[in-house]
This record gives sequence, structure tokens and C-alpha cells, in this order.
Amino acid sequence: MNGVHDMGGMDGFGKVEPEPNEPMFHQEWESRVLAMVRAMGAAGAFNIDASRFYRETLPPQVYLSSSYYRKWLLGLEALLLDKGYISKDDIAAGHSVAPAKSLKHGKFSIPDVERIMVRGKFGRPAPAPAKFKAGDRVRAKNIHPATHTRLPRYVRGHVGVVERDHGCHVFPDTVANDAGEHPQWLYTVVFDGRELWGPDSDPAIKVSIDAFEPYLEAV
Amino acid sequence: MSEHDHHHHDHDHSELSETELRVRALESILTEKGYVEAAALDAIVQAYETKIGPHNGARVVAKAWSDPAFKKALLEDASKAVGTLGHVSRVGDHLVAIENTPGRHNMVVCTLCSCYPWEMLGLPPVWYKASPYRSRAVKDPRGVLADFGVSLPKETEIRVWDSTAETRFLVLPMRPAGTEGWSEEQLADLVTRDSMIGTGFPKTPGAPS
Repeated sequence: MNGVHDMGGMDGFGKVEPEPNEPMFHQEWESRVLAMVRAMGAAGAFNIDASRFYRETLPPQVYLSSSYYRKWLLGLEALLLDKGYISKDDIAAGHSVAPAKSLKHGKFSIPDVERIMVRGKFGRPAPAPAKFKAGDRVRAKNIHPATHTRLPRYVRGHVGVVERDHGCHVFPDTVANDAGEHPQWLYTVVFDGRELWGPDSDPAIKVSIDAFEPYLEAV
Repeated sequence: MSEHDHHHHDHDHSELSETELRVRALESILTEKGYVEAAALDAIVQAYETKIGPHNGARVVAKAWSDPAFKKALLEDASKAVGTLGHVSRVGDHLVAIENTPGRHNMVVCTLCSCYPWEMLGLPPVWYKASPYRSRAVKDPRGVLADFGVSLPKETEIRVWDSTAETRFLVLPMRPAGTEGWSEEQLADLVTRDSMIGTGFPKTPGAPS
């Protein structure tokens, strides 16, 4: 979706302000939100792309004015409501008043913690040969899916070069909507700064994205 | 504290109470429904606080600086190479190490959300997840580096890696001069988190830390 989360190339947000000796969490509740998101995802309530999509669909003014973990909280509530794990009555009451729904992987307990501290595996067997190889010139398609996608707007319509092939990976555009993993070849595609930003761009910058094969067309 | 900071401070406080109540309510709902054990949530937080952090990435970088065979393996398949180091937290299958050279400086961003190699670097800092960095890193990386007090010769290529899939990128900075004969432990102390994101350099030997 063409949401405000897709920020690459936007102007006006000001300077980057690093915080010296930044703590891992600024408020205790942030750590609880992180833990709930990880636990409910691991219990099978949703996958990582669905959780991203629910944050992306927050109203733009909410997205831009909320802190990072506030966005996580709002996205988590919306997702759990939508998928029927919690109800509006639960939220209004501040505790559980409606029946629970069964979770694909069951209750999240202490022995599950170790498992979530290792990143998930997204590689899958290839359903078809790769269309592109390192060195190929490709164009990022001019497409505007209304749902979750990992093709940022700033590269669409632009020509780059395939640099690496990462094998076949779960396709975020479908898995985010519970429409299946549909594994796709994944490539690092490099764009010249001037190709993306025009003749005034710094000539010594290059930008790459990791692009799933359906995002690309041969040039 | 500037007026700008002060404004944010107040804003955070008014947001906090409502948010905190909401977080507590949601946690009650999830535990009462039997979806999660409250103690397991504590254990997740504890794991993040103790098991991950830039010390992991620093060990990997220091080893790559010291051991040419490890460096070669790291650049070929970082997940596999890091997996051979028992003491470093386990990473997934999709870690990519990218090497800085005199001619090319690498910098990592996630313009769409906050993708970051947390096993190697810990949870990302606020600036990495915030709009200024995410919007500008791909268009004006030199300007962003200036915000960090970092400048590079104008002919140095800046390569920005936008983390748009489940691949995760770890920058292998250049080994500082004057560290000949140093042990891996000594070298690891020079490796900063930002040098592994590409928004900083390793510390210089002898400089105050």
C-alpha cells in the first residue's frame, strides 16, 4: 500500500538525532508490548508480515505522531481484534469477557522463549527456476498494490542491476494477507543515485533493495 | 534541554498514562484467555535485555579483522560463518556481511519499518526507526552521515542497503590503523554499534572511549 510508512526519499522530517547511551527501552510498557507481539506471533496468531501490515494501515496522522512501540501496540490490538483473538468487549472491560480462540501453536510459555530469540527461516524450495541472474539489468515494476508489499515507491519504474541472488523466500505480499507463502526468488538490486533522484543527485551514491522476482521486469 | 525537546517530553508523559493503561489491559486479556503466560513475557524481555547486543557483532567484526579465513567465510555466507562461533547468539539464515573499503562505505536502513540484525546489534535505537533516518538515508546519505558527525571524501562511493526483505545486513568496518598485533578482545572494544550500521567508524586506538 502507498502508506506513510513508505518513507524513502521523503523530505521535511528534519535531522537524525542520535541519543547518547540510549536505553533499550525508554518506558517499561514498551518492553511489554514487544514481548506480547513476539509471543502472540510465535503462538500462531499472525506472521511478521501481517504485523507489519497492521502498523502500515494505521491512519497516517496516527502513524506519524505515535512513538514506535505505541504503533506496535495499536497494530497489535487491531490485528487481534480483526482475527478474533480478542473482542471490543474485552478491550472496553480491560480484561477478558469473551471466550478465547484456539491458537495454532498453543499457549506461549517459558520454554518457547528460546525459540523466538533465533530469527525465523524464510528460505523455501524453489518452485521454478530464477528468471534473473547477477549482472542482469532489471526495472522495478510500476505497480501499486493496495495491500502489503515490500517494494518501496522510490524505486518503482527505475532500472537497476541484479547483484546477488538470495534463493527463494516467503512472499510478503501474499503471506501478509493469509493468502499463502508463494515463495519467490529474492535478489539484491542496485540502483544508481542519479537513476533514482535525478541529475542533481550525488553521483557517488548507490542504493539497493532486496526485491522479490514479481517486483521486477527484464529491461 | 531545548524547547523542542521539552515539548516532546510533555507529550510523552500525557501519552504514557493512557498507553500504559492500555498495555496493562491488553496483557490482562491475553493472559486471562490463556494465550500467553505472564512469566513468559518477563522471560522474553529478560532475553532481549541480556542475550543480544552489539557485543555480539563486535566479536564477529574483531574476528574478521584478525582471521582472514573467517573474514572470507563471513563475506561469503555470514549466517554460516557466525554459526561457527559458539559464543555468539544464533542468527537466522539470512545474514549478509558487507565490507567497507577505502573506495566504498556501506550504510544500512529499513525505509519501510525497522528491519535490523538484532541478534548482532541488539534492538535498534530510536533514530534508526524514526522518520528522519528512514526518509533521508536513501536520498541524502552524506547529509545523514553529517548528522552523525561523519564525513567521507566526496569520491568515496556510499552504498545504502535498504532492508526490504528478511535478509539482514552487518557492516564490516575497516580495521583502524595502529592496531597491529592486537588481540580479538582488544579489537572488539573498538567496534561500535554505529560502525556496524554504517553511520559511524570504529573507535581510534588510544582515544578516550
